[in-house]
Amino acid sequence: MSKPRIAVHKFSSCDGCQLAFLNAGEDLLTLGALVDIRHFLEAGFAEEGAEVDIAFVEGSISTPDEVERIRRVRANSRHLVTLGACATAGGLQALRNLDDSNEDWKQAIYAQPEFIHTLAHAEPVHAHVKVDFELWGCPVNGRQVLAAVRQLLFGVAPLDERDKVCMECKRQHAVCVMVTQGKPCMGPVTRTGCGALCPRFGRDCYACFGPAENANTAALARRLEGLGLPPVDIARRFLFINSQAPAFREEGLRHYPPGFADD
Amino acid sequence: MKHAAFLPRHALQILLDALSGEGYRVVGPRVRDGAILYEELRDVADLPAGWRDEQQPGQYRLERTDTQRSFAWAHGPQGIKPLVFRPRESLWRVHRSADGRMAFSASIPQDPPLAVIGARACDLAALELQDRHFLESIRDPSYAAHRAGLFIVAVHCTHPASTCFCVSTGDGPRAGKGFDLALSELDEGYLIEVGSERGAHIARMLPLQLSSDEQREQAEAEIAHAAALQTRQLPGTNLRDSLFANLDHPRWREVAERCLSCGNCTSVCPTCFCHAEQDLPSLDGQSAEHVRQWDSCFSEGHSTIHGIVIRAETGQRYRQWLTHKLGSWHDQYGRSGCVGCGRCITWCPVGIDLTEEARAICGPNGEGAT
Repeated sequence: MSKPRIAVHKFSSCDGCQLAFLNAGEDLLTLGALVDIRHFLEAGFAEEGAEVDIAFVEGSISTPDEVERIRRVRANSRHLVTLGACATAGGLQALRNLDDSNEDWKQAIYAQPEFIHTLAHAEPVHAHVKVDFELWGCPVNGRQVLAAVRQLLFGVAPLDERDKVCMECKRQHAVCVMVTQGKPCMGPVTRTGCGALCPRFGRDCYACFGPAENANTAALARRLEGLGLPPVDIARRFLFINSQAPAFREEGLRHYPPGFADD
Repeated sequence: MKHAAFLPRHALQILLDALSGEGYRVVGPRVRDGAILYEELRDVADLPAGWRDEQQPGQYRLERTDTQRSFAWAHGPQGIKPLVFRPRESLWRVHRSADGRMAFSASIPQDPPLAVIGARACDLAALELQDRHFLESIRDPSYAAHRAGLFIVAVHCTHPASTCFCVSTGDGPRAGKGFDLALSELDEGYLIEVGSERGAHIARMLPLQLSSDEQREQAEAEIAHAAALQTRQLPGTNLRDSLFANLDHPRWREVAERCLSCGNCTSVCPTCFCHAEQDLPSLDGQSAEHVRQWDSCFSEGHSTIHGIVIRAETGQRYRQWLTHKLGSWHDQYGRSGCVGCGRCITWCPVGIDLTEEARAICGPNGEGAT
């Protein structure tokens, strides 16, 4: 029986999520024995048009070329799995969607902006094609990605980890940074999967895994206000990395003051 | 406390050493990351001497005081629960051999027995409830393995937090039973009571002295003072009928607007026992580990039966928690599932107060006014 074929495609992104594969160590060798990697530029496999069983897509869709390319990837893939915050919820670059500042930034940043062909908005993959499973995180991690691969190879839907970060904090005996230090932690509305990485090192969660299920963003926003955060900072907490996720987008925009982008 | 002996302060190390010498891994309170946690304890110098915890709904702060006492605080986020009902634990493994056969093996914990120093009355009451759940109807092998070796040195509580209400649940501040040794901390040392044969065995290794009447009276007075300090209370010891008569109370919806449904309350609750089980297959697909981890009635998974989410809304999840904890526990275990430690109040990021919610729903006397 031939091995399942996989591809890893990159769109507008920093390449960091692909490292979940490349940093997997021995597991990468195991994976190589289980699947046929057809396309994964960062690992040296180049066959962009290959038909595959699973396509992992990193990055948001932010240029006209990418709009076309993601359709081809979809057409060539049995399962399409987004890899990380950019592909799943726009990522940092989707901050430009908030105030239609793409053109201004292009002019300000690039020496010859006429060569830059970008869309006004950077969008998650699901805004363009059907997505079968989304892996959240900025970046995703090896445990999370390989667990999804394993489940797909078994022919089952990957387990969607949607609980709040808080539950993992408590399992790991990470002391709550909000309750003990008044830090504006996003853990109570953020989905788990990171292993409570930041709170375990005394840092408040900044919501890089996106909204958890049943996230009470309004209640957390009120708490952040009680901790002394001005509206602009509350907006930033919600809109930072996953601004295109509806739960964060709506709450963030409620606190997003006029003229915010001019700061 | 009539038979309590006196252990001078400097001799507490001998207790730790005696327990280590008997093969126990000793855990006790230590300051870490702004809280008091039970961690490995070899040296009494690592005890939280001079620390005091200031607790409010949604807030926990450690403060320095000038006392040399090591147990002049209420508690940290976790009691004994994580030592016996582990947050994440392998239950069994399965391996597929070359011919396709599956071999299953139980993961029975092989850790050395634990001795815990500084257990509070609330935590002992909670442990008794967890014992009922994990040992009585169907004996849980993992819990049983951790529990069997557990040696408990209780310390009577003299410094309750503002969030504590163990007097109203009848579980503290005095540790009445369930310990091997119980200490009362005085400025000059400790009064020791023996609660078991194992406790007596360890006590014989200690340089104990006769305690004085004054010392015993002082210890009693401090426990009584700790009880008098508590201001919070539940509106009754059995709120079962009252809660179930109020399943449509508007307060459930109101609390849902504040509740983050984050599971902090159930995670710090020393009696909550709900868990989820999951298979973690190896990447090559040839073996898997069946793991149990803490879950919560505030999670989606715990609200799901056969693929249907039966409690999608926060109000339903909060109601599930309260009606079980303070209601149907009476049917299951003969008492309420709340031991009055107040951790759910302190460690709730938005400071929701269980006693206040119970009063709003059940009325000031728990009579169930609707």
